[in-house]
Amino acid sequence: MIRSALLLSLLLSSAALASAGMPGPARQTQLTHLVRQDCGSCHGMTLKGGLGRALLPENLKDFDKDGLVAIILDGIPGTPMPPWRGLLTEAEAQWIVEKLKTGTLK
Amino acid sequence: MNRRNFLKTAAAGPALLASGLPALAGTKAALRGTGDMGIVIERATGSILIVETTNRSILGRVSGLGDLSHASAVYARDERYVFVFGRDGGLTKIDILEQKIVKRVLQSGNAIGGAISDDGKLVAVSNYKPGGVRIFDTDTLEMVADIPAGSKTVGLVDAPGRRFIFTLYDAGEIWIADMSEGRVPKLTKFPDIGDLPYDGLITGDGRHYIAGLFGQDGLVHLDLWREPLKPEMVLDHYGRGEKKLPVYKMPHLEGWALAGGKFLLPAVGRHEVLAMDANSFKEVGRVKVHGQPVFVMARPGGRHAWVNFALPDNDTVQVLDTVTLKVIHEFKPGPAVLHMEFTPRGHEVWVSVRDTGKVEIYDAASFEKLAELPAQSPSGIFFTARAHQIGL
Repeated sequence: MIRSALLLSLLLSSAALASAGMPGPARQTQLTHLVRQDCGSCHGMTLKGGLGRALLPENLKDFDKDGLVAIILDGIPGTPMPPWRGLLTEAEAQWIVEKLKTGTLK
Repeated sequence: MNRRNFLKTAAAGPALLASGLPALAGTKAALRGTGDMGIVIERATGSILIVETTNRSILGRVSGLGDLSHASAVYARDERYVFVFGRDGGLTKIDILEQKIVKRVLQSGNAIGGAISDDGKLVAVSNYKPGGVRIFDTDTLEMVADIPAGSKTVGLVDAPGRRFIFTLYDAGEIWIADMSEGRVPKLTKFPDIGDLPYDGLITGDGRHYIAGLFGQDGLVHLDLWREPLKPEMVLDHYGRGEKKLPVYKMPHLEGWALAGGKFLLPAVGRHEVLAMDANSFKEVGRVKVHGQPVFVMARPGGRHAWVNFALPDNDTVQVLDTVTLKVIHEFKPGPAVLHMEFTPRGHEVWVSVRDTGKVEIYDAASFEKLAELPAQSPSGIFFTARAHQIGL
Protein backbone atom coordinates (compact mmCIF):
# COMPACT_ATOMS: atom_id res chain seq x y z
CA MET A 1 0.00 0.00 0.00
CA ILE A 2 2.71 2.41 1.02
CA ARG A 3 4.67 1.27 -1.95
CA SER A 4 1.88 1.91 -4.42
CA ALA A 5 1.14 5.30 -2.84
CA LEU A 6 4.80 6.15 -3.22
CA LEU A 7 4.80 4.97 -6.80
CA LEU A 8 1.73 7.03 -7.54
CA SER A 9 3.30 10.14 -6.10
CA LEU A 10 6.47 9.47 -8.09
CA LEU A 11 4.44 9.11 -11.25
CA LEU A 12 2.49 12.28 -10.57
CA SER A 13 5.55 14.36 -9.81
CA SER A 14 7.45 12.99 -12.79
CA ALA A 15 4.47 13.64 -15.05
CA ALA A 16 4.43 17.25 -13.89
CA LEU A 17 8.13 17.62 -14.63
CA ALA A 18 7.94 15.72 -17.90
CA SER A 19 5.43 18.21 -19.23
CA ALA A 20 8.08 20.85 -18.62
CA GLY A 21 10.64 18.88 -20.69
CA MET A 22 13.39 16.95 -18.97
CA PRO A 23 12.41 14.06 -16.71
CA GLY A 24 12.59 14.91 -13.00
CA PRO A 25 14.85 13.16 -10.52
CA ALA A 26 12.34 10.48 -9.54
CA ARG A 27 11.58 9.66 -13.14
CA GLN A 28 15.31 9.61 -13.90
CA THR A 29 15.69 6.88 -11.29
CA GLN A 30 12.89 4.93 -12.93
CA LEU A 31 14.42 5.40 -16.38
CA THR A 32 17.83 4.27 -15.18
CA HIS A 33 16.20 1.16 -13.73
CA LEU A 34 14.32 0.58 -16.98
CA VAL A 35 17.46 0.88 -19.12
CA ARG A 36 19.55 -1.37 -16.89
CA GLN A 37 16.92 -3.99 -16.18
CA ASP A 38 14.54 -4.04 -19.13
CA CYS A 39 16.64 -2.75 -22.05
CA GLY A 40 19.29 -4.88 -20.33
CA SER A 41 17.43 -8.09 -21.09
CA CYS A 42 18.65 -7.73 -24.68
CA HIS A 43 21.50 -5.19 -24.40
CA GLY A 44 22.98 -6.53 -21.15
CA MET A 45 22.60 -5.01 -17.72
CA THR A 46 26.10 -3.57 -18.08
CA LEU A 47 25.14 -2.46 -21.62
CA LYS A 48 27.87 -4.60 -23.16
CA GLY A 49 25.35 -6.20 -25.51
CA GLY A 50 23.44 -9.44 -25.79
CA LEU A 51 20.93 -10.33 -28.44
CA GLY A 52 20.98 -6.57 -29.09
CA ARG A 53 24.04 -4.37 -29.64
CA ALA A 54 26.28 -2.99 -26.96
CA LEU A 55 25.20 0.50 -25.87
CA LEU A 56 28.45 1.86 -24.46
CA PRO A 57 29.67 5.29 -25.68
CA GLU A 58 32.22 3.77 -28.09
CA ASN A 59 29.45 1.68 -29.68
CA LEU A 60 27.25 4.72 -30.18
CA LYS A 61 29.77 7.31 -31.35
CA ASP A 62 28.84 6.95 -35.02
CA PHE A 63 25.14 7.53 -34.34
CA ASP A 64 23.70 11.01 -33.99
CA LYS A 65 21.41 11.74 -31.08
CA ASP A 66 18.26 12.30 -33.09
CA GLY A 67 18.75 8.97 -34.87
CA LEU A 68 19.11 7.15 -31.56
CA VAL A 69 16.04 8.88 -30.13
CA ALA A 70 14.10 7.76 -33.21
CA ILE A 71 15.32 4.18 -32.75
CA ILE A 72 14.18 4.16 -29.13
CA LEU A 73 10.79 5.65 -29.90
CA ASP A 74 10.02 3.81 -33.13
CA GLY A 75 12.15 0.66 -32.95
CA ILE A 76 13.91 -0.98 -35.88
CA PRO A 77 11.46 -2.89 -38.07
CA GLY A 78 12.57 -6.42 -38.91
CA THR A 79 14.60 -6.72 -35.72
CA PRO A 80 13.59 -7.39 -32.11
CA MET A 81 14.11 -3.69 -31.21
CA PRO A 82 10.60 -2.56 -30.29
CA PRO A 83 9.15 0.96 -30.41
CA TRP A 84 9.09 2.41 -26.87
CA ARG A 85 6.74 5.25 -27.78
CA GLY A 86 3.83 4.94 -25.41
CA LEU A 87 6.10 3.86 -22.57
CA LEU A 88 8.58 6.72 -23.02
CA THR A 89 8.17 10.35 -24.06
CA GLU A 90 10.47 12.06 -26.53
CA ALA A 91 12.12 14.03 -23.70
CA GLU A 92 12.73 10.78 -21.81
CA ALA A 93 14.26 9.13 -24.87
CA GLN A 94 16.51 12.18 -25.32
CA TRP A 95 17.59 11.94 -21.69
CA ILE A 96 18.43 8.23 -22.13
CA VAL A 97 20.42 8.93 -25.31
CA GLU A 98 22.38 11.67 -23.58
CA LYS A 99 23.20 9.33 -20.71
CA LEU A 100 24.19 6.47 -22.98
CA LYS A 101 26.34 8.61 -25.26
CA THR A 102 28.22 10.12 -22.37
CA GLY A 103 28.41 6.89 -20.37
CA THR A 104 26.85 8.62 -17.38
CA LEU A 105 23.90 6.33 -16.72
CA LYS A 106 24.26 5.36 -13.08
CA MET B 1 40.64 -30.50 7.38
CA ASN B 2 38.14 -29.71 4.71
CA ARG B 3 34.47 -30.22 5.28
CA ARG B 4 34.09 -33.29 3.13
CA ASN B 5 36.69 -35.18 5.15
CA PHE B 6 35.13 -33.86 8.29
CA LEU B 7 31.78 -35.28 7.27
CA LYS B 8 33.41 -38.67 6.80
CA THR B 9 35.07 -38.35 10.16
CA ALA B 10 31.88 -37.27 11.80
CA ALA B 11 30.11 -40.26 10.39
CA ALA B 12 32.77 -42.51 11.90
CA GLY B 13 31.49 -41.91 15.39
CA PRO B 14 30.63 -39.40 18.06
CA ALA B 15 33.45 -40.63 20.31
CA LEU B 16 36.04 -39.47 17.83
CA LEU B 17 34.26 -36.15 17.52
CA ALA B 18 34.18 -35.54 21.23
CA SER B 19 37.77 -36.50 21.86
CA GLY B 20 39.64 -35.37 18.80
CA LEU B 21 37.86 -32.42 17.28
CA PRO B 22 36.68 -29.99 19.89
CA ALA B 23 37.12 -26.99 17.61
CA LEU B 24 34.80 -28.47 15.03
CA ALA B 25 32.21 -29.92 17.35
CA GLY B 26 30.07 -26.81 17.18
CA THR B 27 30.13 -26.64 13.41
CA LYS B 28 29.07 -30.17 12.63
CA ALA B 29 26.93 -30.10 9.54
CA ALA B 30 24.31 -32.76 9.20
CA LEU B 31 24.71 -35.06 6.26
CA ARG B 32 22.07 -34.27 3.72
CA GLY B 33 20.95 -35.09 0.21
CA THR B 34 20.48 -32.38 -2.40
CA GLY B 35 17.23 -33.51 -4.04
CA ASP B 36 15.25 -30.72 -2.35
CA MET B 37 17.83 -28.04 -3.06
CA GLY B 38 18.24 -25.41 -5.72
CA ILE B 39 19.62 -22.00 -6.59
CA VAL B 40 18.16 -18.57 -7.22
CA ILE B 41 20.07 -16.20 -9.50
CA GLU B 42 20.54 -12.70 -8.09
CA ARG B 43 21.01 -10.89 -11.36
CA ALA B 44 22.16 -7.46 -10.21
CA THR B 45 24.79 -8.58 -7.73
CA GLY B 46 26.35 -11.53 -9.55
CA SER B 47 25.46 -13.91 -6.76
CA ILE B 48 23.26 -16.94 -6.21
CA LEU B 49 21.21 -18.06 -3.26
CA ILE B 50 21.36 -21.71 -2.32
CA VAL B 51 17.91 -22.77 -1.17
CA GLU B 52 15.99 -25.82 -0.05
CA THR B 53 12.32 -26.48 -0.67
CA THR B 54 11.42 -28.75 2.27
CA ASN B 55 11.47 -25.94 4.84
CA ARG B 56 11.43 -23.23 2.16
CA SER B 57 14.62 -21.61 3.34
CA ILE B 58 17.82 -19.96 2.19
CA LEU B 59 20.91 -21.97 3.07
CA GLY B 60 23.52 -19.52 1.87
CA ARG B 61 24.78 -17.16 -0.79
CA VAL B 62 27.69 -17.54 -3.21
CA SER B 63 29.07 -14.36 -4.77
CA GLY B 64 31.61 -13.54 -7.44
CA LEU B 65 29.83 -14.95 -10.47
CA GLY B 66 30.22 -11.86 -12.66
CA ASP B 67 27.41 -10.44 -14.79
CA LEU B 68 24.29 -12.54 -14.27
CA SER B 69 21.90 -10.16 -16.03
CA HIS B 70 20.92 -13.10 -18.22
CA ALA B 71 21.86 -16.33 -16.49
CA SER B 72 20.90 -19.96 -16.48
CA ALA B 73 22.17 -23.14 -14.89
CA VAL B 74 22.43 -26.90 -15.33
CA TYR B 75 23.18 -29.55 -12.74
CA ALA B 76 25.72 -32.36 -12.66
CA ARG B 77 24.29 -35.87 -12.42
CA ASP B 78 25.09 -36.03 -8.70
CA GLU B 79 22.92 -32.96 -8.01
CA ARG B 80 25.80 -31.54 -6.01
CA TYR B 81 27.48 -29.34 -8.57
CA VAL B 82 25.76 -26.67 -10.58
CA PHE B 83 27.13 -24.91 -13.66
CA VAL B 84 26.03 -21.30 -13.97
CA PHE B 85 26.20 -19.52 -17.32
CA GLY B 86 26.58 -15.74 -17.04
CA ARG B 87 26.04 -12.94 -19.51
CA ASP B 88 29.74 -12.05 -19.48
CA GLY B 89 30.79 -15.47 -20.78
CA GLY B 90 31.50 -16.72 -17.28
CA LEU B 91 31.09 -20.44 -16.67
CA THR B 92 31.11 -21.16 -12.95
CA LYS B 93 31.00 -24.56 -11.26
CA ILE B 94 29.57 -24.39 -7.76
CA ASP B 95 29.39 -26.98 -5.01
CA ILE B 96 25.98 -26.36 -3.44
CA LEU B 97 26.79 -28.44 -0.34
CA GLU B 98 30.00 -26.61 0.46
CA GLN B 99 28.49 -23.38 -0.87
CA LYS B 100 31.55 -22.38 -2.81
CA ILE B 101 32.90 -21.85 -6.28
CA VAL B 102 34.88 -24.87 -7.38
CA LYS B 103 36.06 -23.46 -10.68
CA ARG B 104 35.31 -20.47 -12.86
CA VAL B 105 36.37 -19.60 -16.40
CA LEU B 106 35.56 -16.66 -18.65
CA GLN B 107 34.99 -18.66 -21.78
CA SER B 108 33.73 -15.92 -24.11
CA GLY B 109 32.82 -12.25 -24.20
CA ASN B 110 29.08 -12.70 -24.05
CA ALA B 111 27.01 -15.84 -23.49
CA ILE B 112 23.36 -16.77 -23.33
CA GLY B 113 23.01 -20.26 -21.87
CA GLY B 114 24.23 -23.80 -21.75
CA ALA B 115 23.56 -27.51 -21.52
CA ILE B 116 25.09 -30.64 -20.02
CA SER B 117 25.58 -33.89 -21.92
CA ASP B 118 23.59 -37.00 -21.05
CA ASP B 119 26.71 -38.68 -19.63
CA GLY B 120 27.42 -35.64 -17.47
CA LYS B 121 30.95 -35.26 -18.82
CA LEU B 122 30.52 -32.23 -21.07
CA VAL B 123 29.04 -28.82 -20.52
CA ALA B 124 28.34 -26.68 -23.59
CA VAL B 125 27.90 -22.91 -23.69
CA SER B 126 26.01 -20.90 -26.25
CA ASN B 127 27.75 -17.64 -27.13
CA TYR B 128 26.75 -14.27 -28.56
CA LYS B 129 30.31 -12.99 -28.73
CA PRO B 130 32.19 -14.47 -30.58
CA GLY B 131 29.14 -16.62 -31.41
CA GLY B 132 29.13 -20.37 -31.78
CA VAL B 133 29.28 -22.97 -29.02
CA ARG B 134 32.13 -24.05 -26.79
CA ILE B 135 32.24 -27.37 -24.97
CA PHE B 136 34.05 -27.99 -21.68
CA ASP B 137 35.03 -30.91 -19.49
CA THR B 138 32.74 -30.86 -16.45
CA ASP B 139 35.56 -31.88 -14.09
CA THR B 140 38.19 -29.36 -15.09
CA LEU B 141 36.28 -26.80 -17.18
CA GLU B 142 39.00 -27.18 -19.81
CA MET B 143 37.79 -26.58 -23.33
CA VAL B 144 37.16 -29.81 -25.22
CA ALA B 145 35.76 -28.38 -28.45
CA ASP B 146 35.21 -24.99 -30.04
CA ILE B 147 32.44 -24.76 -32.63
CA PRO B 148 32.52 -21.37 -34.38
CA ALA B 149 29.30 -20.61 -36.18
CA GLY B 150 29.69 -17.03 -37.43
CA SER B 151 26.42 -16.29 -35.64
CA LYS B 152 24.98 -15.80 -32.20
CA THR B 153 23.64 -19.12 -30.97
CA VAL B 154 20.46 -19.74 -29.00
CA GLY B 155 18.30 -22.65 -27.87
CA LEU B 156 21.21 -24.90 -26.88
CA VAL B 157 20.02 -28.20 -25.42
CA ASP B 158 21.39 -31.67 -24.77
CA ALA B 159 20.05 -34.62 -26.72
CA PRO B 160 20.49 -38.35 -26.08
CA GLY B 161 23.70 -39.90 -27.44
CA ARG B 162 26.08 -37.23 -26.16
CA ARG B 163 24.72 -34.67 -28.57
CA PHE B 164 24.00 -30.97 -28.34
CA ILE B 165 21.51 -29.13 -30.52
CA PHE B 166 21.46 -25.39 -31.03
CA THR B 167 20.17 -22.71 -33.35
CA LEU B 168 21.96 -19.89 -35.15
CA TYR B 169 20.11 -16.63 -34.51
CA ASP B 170 21.63 -14.52 -37.30
CA ALA B 171 22.03 -17.30 -39.84
CA GLY B 172 18.71 -19.10 -39.29
CA GLU B 173 20.15 -22.61 -39.01
CA ILE B 174 19.87 -25.57 -36.63
CA TRP B 175 23.06 -27.51 -35.89
CA ILE B 176 23.58 -30.85 -34.15
CA ALA B 177 26.98 -31.43 -32.53
CA ASP B 178 27.48 -35.14 -31.95
CA MET B 179 30.19 -35.72 -29.34
CA SER B 180 29.73 -39.49 -29.14
CA GLU B 181 33.13 -40.17 -30.65
CA GLY B 182 35.09 -38.24 -28.07
CA ARG B 183 36.43 -34.72 -28.34
CA VAL B 184 35.79 -33.96 -31.99
CA PRO B 185 32.26 -32.83 -32.75
CA LYS B 186 30.51 -34.35 -35.73
CA LEU B 187 28.32 -31.55 -37.05
CA THR B 188 25.03 -31.84 -38.92
CA LYS B 189 23.69 -28.52 -40.20
CA PHE B 190 20.20 -27.57 -41.33
CA PRO B 191 20.22 -24.23 -43.19
CA ASP B 192 17.34 -21.86 -44.00
CA ILE B 193 15.05 -22.88 -41.18
CA GLY B 194 13.41 -19.44 -40.89
CA ASP B 195 13.89 -15.85 -39.90
CA LEU B 196 15.53 -14.88 -36.58
CA PRO B 197 15.09 -18.00 -34.41
CA TYR B 198 15.23 -16.77 -30.81
CA ASP B 199 15.14 -19.91 -28.65
CA GLY B 200 14.73 -23.65 -28.76
CA LEU B 201 13.53 -26.55 -26.65
CA ILE B 202 13.75 -30.31 -26.66
CA THR B 203 10.96 -32.49 -25.34
CA GLY B 204 11.58 -34.60 -22.25
CA ASP B 205 11.75 -37.79 -24.34
CA GLY B 206 14.58 -36.30 -26.40
CA ARG B 207 12.58 -36.65 -29.59
CA HIS B 208 11.40 -33.22 -30.71
CA TYR B 209 13.52 -30.09 -31.03
CA ILE B 210 11.45 -26.96 -31.55
CA ALA B 211 12.86 -23.52 -32.37
CA GLY B 212 10.77 -20.36 -32.06
CA LEU B 213 11.03 -17.65 -34.71
CA PHE B 214 11.00 -13.94 -34.07
CA GLY B 215 11.17 -12.74 -37.66
CA GLN B 216 8.09 -14.61 -38.87
CA ASP B 217 5.08 -16.41 -37.47
CA GLY B 218 5.70 -20.07 -36.82
CA LEU B 219 8.04 -22.53 -35.17
CA VAL B 220 10.51 -25.03 -36.57
CA HIS B 221 10.13 -28.68 -35.64
CA LEU B 222 12.89 -31.25 -35.96
CA ASP B 223 11.84 -34.85 -35.23
CA LEU B 224 15.03 -36.60 -34.10
CA TRP B 225 13.48 -40.05 -34.41
CA ARG B 226 12.50 -39.74 -38.06
CA GLU B 227 15.16 -40.31 -40.71
CA PRO B 228 16.19 -38.49 -42.76
CA LEU B 229 16.26 -35.60 -40.31
CA LYS B 230 14.41 -32.63 -41.72
CA PRO B 231 13.25 -29.45 -39.96
CA GLU B 232 9.69 -28.46 -40.81
CA MET B 233 7.76 -25.27 -40.24
CA VAL B 234 4.78 -25.67 -37.89
CA LEU B 235 2.10 -23.23 -36.76
CA ASP B 236 3.14 -20.99 -39.64
CA HIS B 237 0.97 -17.92 -40.04
CA TYR B 238 -0.36 -18.24 -36.49
CA GLY B 239 -0.65 -14.48 -36.46
CA ARG B 240 -2.85 -14.59 -39.57
CA GLY B 241 -1.04 -11.59 -40.95
CA GLU B 242 -2.06 -9.34 -38.07
CA LYS B 243 0.47 -6.81 -36.97
CA LYS B 244 2.57 -7.96 -34.05
CA LEU B 245 2.60 -5.88 -30.88
CA PRO B 246 5.93 -4.42 -29.83
CA VAL B 247 7.86 -7.11 -27.94
CA TYR B 248 9.54 -5.71 -24.82
CA LYS B 249 10.94 -9.05 -23.74
CA MET B 250 11.75 -12.14 -25.76
CA PRO B 251 9.70 -15.19 -24.79
CA HIS B 252 11.50 -18.28 -23.55
CA LEU B 253 10.68 -21.78 -24.67
CA GLU B 254 12.24 -23.64 -21.75
CA GLY B 255 9.45 -24.80 -19.50
CA TRP B 256 7.12 -25.57 -22.43
CA ALA B 257 4.05 -27.42 -21.32
CA LEU B 258 3.05 -30.82 -22.70
CA ALA B 259 -0.28 -32.00 -21.40
CA GLY B 260 -3.20 -34.03 -22.68
CA GLY B 261 -1.32 -34.47 -25.93
CA LYS B 262 -0.85 -30.72 -26.44
CA PHE B 263 2.10 -28.38 -26.34
CA LEU B 264 1.48 -24.92 -24.91
CA LEU B 265 3.82 -22.27 -26.27
CA PRO B 266 4.12 -18.49 -26.03
CA ALA B 267 3.03 -16.54 -29.11
CA VAL B 268 5.46 -13.78 -30.07
CA GLY B 269 4.03 -10.26 -29.98
CA ARG B 270 0.53 -11.40 -29.05
CA HIS B 271 -1.47 -11.80 -25.88
CA GLU B 272 -1.85 -15.49 -26.59
CA VAL B 273 -0.61 -18.94 -25.64
CA LEU B 274 -0.70 -21.35 -28.56
CA ALA B 275 -1.84 -24.95 -28.17
CA MET B 276 -0.34 -27.43 -30.62
CA ASP B 277 -1.22 -31.11 -30.97
CA ALA B 278 1.80 -33.15 -29.93
CA ASN B 279 1.33 -35.71 -32.71
CA SER B 280 0.23 -33.72 -35.72
CA PHE B 281 1.96 -30.47 -34.70
CA LYS B 282 -1.16 -28.60 -35.84
CA GLU B 283 -2.77 -25.80 -33.89
CA VAL B 284 -5.62 -27.05 -31.70
CA GLY B 285 -6.46 -23.84 -29.88
CA ARG B 286 -5.14 -20.70 -28.34
CA VAL B 287 -5.66 -19.02 -25.01
CA LYS B 288 -6.17 -15.29 -24.66
CA VAL B 289 -3.96 -14.20 -21.80
CA HIS B 290 -3.19 -11.05 -19.83
CA GLY B 291 -0.16 -9.90 -21.82
CA GLN B 292 2.65 -11.20 -23.99
CA PRO B 293 3.74 -14.51 -22.44
CA VAL B 294 7.41 -14.98 -21.55
CA PHE B 295 7.44 -18.37 -19.83
CA VAL B 296 4.69 -20.97 -20.14
CA MET B 297 5.77 -23.38 -17.42
CA ALA B 298 4.09 -26.76 -17.02
CA ARG B 299 3.36 -27.95 -13.54
CA PRO B 300 5.06 -31.36 -13.38
CA GLY B 301 2.44 -33.81 -14.61
CA GLY B 302 1.14 -31.13 -16.93
CA ARG B 303 -2.25 -30.39 -15.32
CA HIS B 304 -1.69 -26.64 -15.31
CA ALA B 305 0.61 -24.18 -16.98
CA TRP B 306 1.76 -21.00 -15.22
CA VAL B 307 2.41 -18.01 -17.43
CA ASN B 308 4.31 -14.78 -16.78
CA PHE B 309 4.42 -11.76 -19.05
CA ALA B 310 6.59 -9.13 -20.71
CA LEU B 311 6.66 -5.45 -19.85
CA PRO B 312 4.30 -3.64 -19.21
CA ASP B 313 2.28 -6.60 -17.86
CA ASN B 314 5.11 -8.25 -15.95
CA ASP B 315 3.51 -7.91 -12.52
CA THR B 316 0.99 -10.67 -13.23
CA VAL B 317 0.87 -14.48 -13.32
CA GLN B 318 -1.94 -16.52 -14.85
CA VAL B 319 -2.62 -20.22 -14.44
CA LEU B 320 -4.07 -22.14 -17.38
CA ASP B 321 -6.01 -25.38 -17.27
CA THR B 322 -4.29 -27.45 -19.94
CA VAL B 323 -7.37 -29.55 -20.73
CA THR B 324 -9.97 -26.81 -21.10
CA LEU B 325 -7.45 -24.16 -22.26
CA LYS B 326 -8.99 -21.63 -19.89
CA VAL B 327 -7.40 -19.18 -17.48
CA ILE B 328 -8.41 -20.47 -14.04
CA HIS B 329 -6.44 -18.15 -11.78
CA GLU B 330 -4.70 -14.78 -11.91
CA PHE B 331 -2.69 -12.90 -9.32
CA LYS B 332 -0.20 -10.05 -9.12
CA PRO B 333 2.97 -10.82 -7.19
CA GLY B 334 4.41 -7.41 -8.09
CA PRO B 335 6.63 -5.69 -10.63
CA ALA B 336 8.87 -7.87 -12.79
CA VAL B 337 7.93 -11.49 -12.24
CA LEU B 338 10.88 -13.04 -14.05
CA HIS B 339 10.74 -16.79 -13.51
CA MET B 340 8.84 -19.67 -11.93
CA GLU B 341 10.12 -23.07 -10.86
CA PHE B 342 8.10 -26.02 -9.58
CA THR B 343 9.20 -28.42 -6.90
CA PRO B 344 10.03 -31.78 -8.50
CA ARG B 345 6.55 -33.27 -8.22
CA GLY B 346 4.86 -29.93 -8.63
CA HIS B 347 3.23 -29.37 -5.25
CA GLU B 348 4.69 -25.89 -4.88
CA VAL B 349 6.01 -23.21 -7.16
CA TRP B 350 8.66 -20.58 -6.48
CA VAL B 351 8.23 -17.23 -8.22
CA SER B 352 10.95 -14.59 -8.50
CA VAL B 353 9.77 -10.98 -8.30
CA ARG B 354 12.70 -8.81 -9.31
CA ASP B 355 11.64 -5.34 -8.27
CA THR B 356 10.26 -6.24 -4.85
CA GLY B 357 13.36 -8.31 -4.10
CA LYS B 358 11.39 -11.39 -3.16
CA VAL B 359 10.99 -15.01 -4.03
CA GLU B 360 7.38 -15.98 -3.33
CA ILE B 361 6.31 -19.56 -2.78
CA TYR B 362 2.82 -20.77 -3.67
CA ASP B 363 0.82 -23.93 -3.22
CA ALA B 364 0.39 -25.15 -6.79
CA ALA B 365 -3.08 -26.59 -6.14
CA SER B 366 -4.76 -24.03 -3.89
CA PHE B 367 -2.67 -21.06 -5.21
CA GLU B 368 -2.26 -19.89 -1.63
CA LYS B 369 0.95 -18.01 -0.84
CA LEU B 370 2.99 -20.02 1.64
CA ALA B 371 6.17 -18.04 2.15
CA GLU B 372 8.40 -15.21 0.93
CA LEU B 373 12.17 -15.13 0.91
CA PRO B 374 14.30 -12.00 0.47
CA ALA B 375 16.57 -11.96 -2.57
CA GLN B 376 18.50 -9.27 -4.46
CA SER B 377 16.90 -8.76 -7.90
CA PRO B 378 16.02 -12.44 -8.22
CA SER B 379 15.66 -13.93 -11.69
CA GLY B 380 16.10 -17.60 -12.66
CA ILE B 381 15.27 -20.34 -10.14
CA PHE B 382 16.79 -23.76 -10.77
CA PHE B 383 16.07 -26.82 -8.63
CA THR B 384 18.32 -29.88 -8.63
CA ALA B 385 15.66 -32.18 -10.10
CA ARG B 386 16.63 -30.67 -13.44
CA ALA B 387 19.74 -32.87 -13.28
CA HIS B 388 17.71 -35.85 -14.45
CA GLN B 389 15.63 -34.29 -17.16
CA ILE B 390 16.62 -34.27 -20.81
CA GLY B 391 16.92 -30.73 -22.10
CA LEU B 392 17.17 -28.98 -18.74
